[in-house]
Amino acid sequence: MGMNLQQVVFGVLSIISLITALGVVFSKSPVTSVLCLILTFFTIAGHYVMLNAQFLAVVHIIVYAGAIMVLFLFVIMLMNLNAEGEPQKRNWLKYAGAISGGALLVVLLAALREASLPSLTPESNNIGLIANLGQTLFKTYVVPFEVSSILFLSAMVGAVVIGKKEH
Amino acid sequence: MPVQYYIFLSIALFCIGVMGVLMRRNAIIIFMCVELMLNAVNLLLVAFSKMWADAGRVDAAGAQIFVFFIMVVAAAEVAVGLAIIVMVYRNSQSVDVNIMNRLKN
Repeated sequence: MGMNLQQVVFGVLSIISLITALGVVFSKSPVTSVLCLILTFFTIAGHYVMLNAQFLAVVHIIVYAGAIMVLFLFVIMLMNLNAEGEPQKRNWLKYAGAISGGALLVVLLAALREASLPSLTPESNNIGLIANLGQTLFKTYVVPFEVSSILFLSAMVGAVVIGKKEH
Repeated sequence: MPVQYYIFLSIALFCIGVMGVLMRRNAIIIFMCVELMLNAVNLLLVAFSKMWADAGRVDAAGAQIFVFFIMVVAAAEVAVGLAIIVMVYRNSQSVDVNIMNRLKN
């Protein structure tokens, strides 16, 4: 069974990302979940680098590991949650959730197992470099870009309004 | 290397996220599992972008632009959602999603 370097790196990154993703779900303490999710995001960034999306990998680390997960960590530490405080679901509900997720996994895997798609070549291309992405974003997708800025503004105003103490 | 590997990895990550949403009661953990599902979709989009770029399509960068927009929406969602969770915690001293069933009365 010949494995080239691409497949070895893919396998290692995939195993780490699956284990840490399971850690998010099954760890007792919320802080451990956040740290597991940060590790998952780093391995996904590794996958992006493997897939010639270098700029996207950097943005992914900055946005997710740098901003979003820090926000999660702040909120968890602000609330001072601990493992004992969380009420547990009844056991049959947990089993039902696990079985539902597993059934979804089986159905999707069975449906896509026989799909015939072109394979990925190890050669790199410059599609994920910032010059190419910037040209695409500001030529083809400039209207969605502006609309997303309005979305951000409204989300910011909404977060401030919701988080404000009412008097 | 077949693109199926990436499809299967994305499906596995997505299903782990679904499992977490169904199994946990802590609202913050549920939120993090939603983020995990969004990232599984992002990974799939990037894999398809690489696949079409290898096949010679010149507009394959559109998939990566789409990933940027998903990140934008995810960031906005996290800002508003965490504000809501903080408000719920301030009002009821808990982040258990079961307390939100009082909305149904």
